[in-house]
Amino acid sequence: MEKTVLEEIIYRQGAQRDRLLPILQDVVEQQNFLTEGDMLHIANLLQMSAAEVYGTASFYSFLPLNRKGKYMIRLCKSIIAKMKGSDQVLAAITDQLGIKPGETTADGVFSLELVNDIGWSDREPAMLINDKVFTDLDPVKVTHILTNYLKQASTQAFVTNLSTN
Amino acid sequence: MTNTSTVRKTDLIFGRSLDTLTLLRNAMQRDKDGLIQELIDSGLRGRGGAGFPTGLKWKFAKGAPGNEKYIICNADEGEPGTFKDRVILEKAADKVFAGMGLCGWLTGATKGFIYLRNEYIWMRNHILAQMNDMNEAFRQMKLDFSIGLKMGSGAYVCGEETALIESMESKRGEPRNKPPFPAIAGYEDKPTVVNNVETWVYALLISYIGADVFAAYGTEQSTGSKLFSVSGDTPKPGVYELEMGMKLSDFVAEFGDGDTKAVQVGGASGFCVPRRKFDQVIIGFEGIPTGGSMMLFNSHRSMYHVLHNFLEFFMEESCGQCTPCRVGCQQLLLGIEAVKSKTKPAQYLDTLMEFTETMRLASKCGLGQSVGNAFNSIVNEFYEEMIY
Ligand SMILES: Cc1cc2nc3c(=O)[nH]c(=O)nc-3n(C[C@H](O)[C@H](O)[C@H](O)COP(=O)(O)O)c2cc1C
Ligand code: SF4
Repeated sequence: MEKTVLEEIIYRQGAQRDRLLPILQDVVEQQNFLTEGDMLHIANLLQMSAAEVYGTASFYSFLPLNRKGKYMIRLCKSIIAKMKGSDQVLAAITDQLGIKPGETTADGVFSLELVNDIGWSDREPAMLINDKVFTDLDPVKVTHILTNYLKQASTQAFVTNLSTN
Repeated sequence: MTNTSTVRKTDLIFGRSLDTLTLLRNAMQRDKDGLIQELIDSGLRGRGGAGFPTGLKWKFAKGAPGNEKYIICNADEGEPGTFKDRVILEKAADKVFAGMGLCGWLTGATKGFIYLRNEYIWMRNHILAQMNDMNEAFRQMKLDFSIGLKMGSGAYVCGEETALIESMESKRGEPRNKPPFPAIAGYEDKPTVVNNVETWVYALLISYIGADVFAAYGTEQSTGSKLFSVSGDTPKPGVYELEMGMKLSDFVAEFGDGDTKAVQVGGASGFCVPRRKFDQVIIGFEGIPTGGSMMLFNSHRSMYHVLHNFLEFFMEESCGQCTPCRVGCQQLLLGIEAVKSKTKPAQYLDTLMEFTETMRLASKCGLGQSVGNAFNSIVNEFYEEMIY
């Protein structure tokens, strides 16, 4: 993340040790993962050791420490999800995007992860994409949802290209 | 058609006959000690799973010295198969916040927090809006109390109250040693009341309906009603408010699909009950308590898969602080795989069951302590499914 953007986050949250988690959460909300550079810079400004920042971040599954795509797909793998067909949903995602759990598409648009219960056992299969939730999934429905995200991503890429050219 | 089911449905939490702010204003007209006694008399016990008497907890916090105290709503809801806190927060967050305000008034705390799991980030704006409205209402009624939001970051163990506090302090969410309990030394080492989302609502309601009306529901040891998250092989998954102390057989008659083989009561950290025991089991503190999770499995389901799924869950979510839990979760998982693939004899299951006793005694928090609940009940009741 650009240093100025990071500093803006830290400034807003307050450069104190006890604001570390909200700061890390804000960074991840913007770019979906943390880089070593981000953590070093945060450690500097919060006057704590880089090891402590890393140690805290690495504890939490929603604070990834390696590169993730623009859209983070988190498909639930609880026993209830499995009973309701989450494996078929997973197969549809893998078919469409060409990635398995733990992987990111080559264009950096999607990452896929399997996660523990996300609180929708009444409406599984369910998944999160960034800060949105989708429930009652089946292979057709999930393909439709991802197609919409793909369109959104290519429109954005097009607009970004226009404005930089 | 005759209805033989004796499961009794109630509508306290989502009922809208009482205005939330009126409830709070009413409560604040009362004598503080009298109100805490009312809560104690109601028999209300925490709805998050552990079941500590709520009135007592509030009494300790009120009696704790100093004027810096904290009130925390535990909205981490990570137990597999539970989703009732989600529905409360969607439909009745105002009652949760009013309950916290009431506790602030009673104990002298001026600051509260809701710790919301990151998996519920999609409702953050709704929560913030409700929270701001309630903070404004507090100001208008001259109650010196305000609530803030803290987000979790995807760790089941952070639902454990001391791990939650560590996480709120921006640290790794590792459980602390108890004692001291949070009511004495919690957030920033100050007296802190941590309660489940649902508990806040009942406490507020009891201040109005009274201990007697509340305790008229349920049984002597499990007074009142509670929300149940019903999932799995059921024609009607969802959240239901039911009287405590029902027989599991009545529950299955109401929610089963006619072919229920087992019910997992209390999530992955709870107990599995096979069909032949349905009519012996009471759902409540005198039998098997639950934070609300009720997962139904019919005869098509492999209980080996169920247990395997739970053990994977525990292995991933163990914080790793204590060796019996960290190593134990892994060895239990590898162990049942080895028995299934015949690389270990069936008797190895008994060794594993003995090992869960060590985990229960030597683990620091409820996660490691309760892995044996599901493990032993599933292995004992479905021994053959584990082997063949
Ligand atoms: C591993 C673990 C996870 C827990 N998760 C939750 C949770 O998600 N929500 C909750 O209210 N209590 C949870 N608890 C129980 C809390 O530690 C605590 O007892 C509870 O929040 C107190 O509130 P109550 O008395 O109103 O139930 C958990 C306990 C353990 C050991
Ligand atoms: S019992 Fe397990 S989860 Fe709890 S503190 Fe020990 S290692 Fe961590």
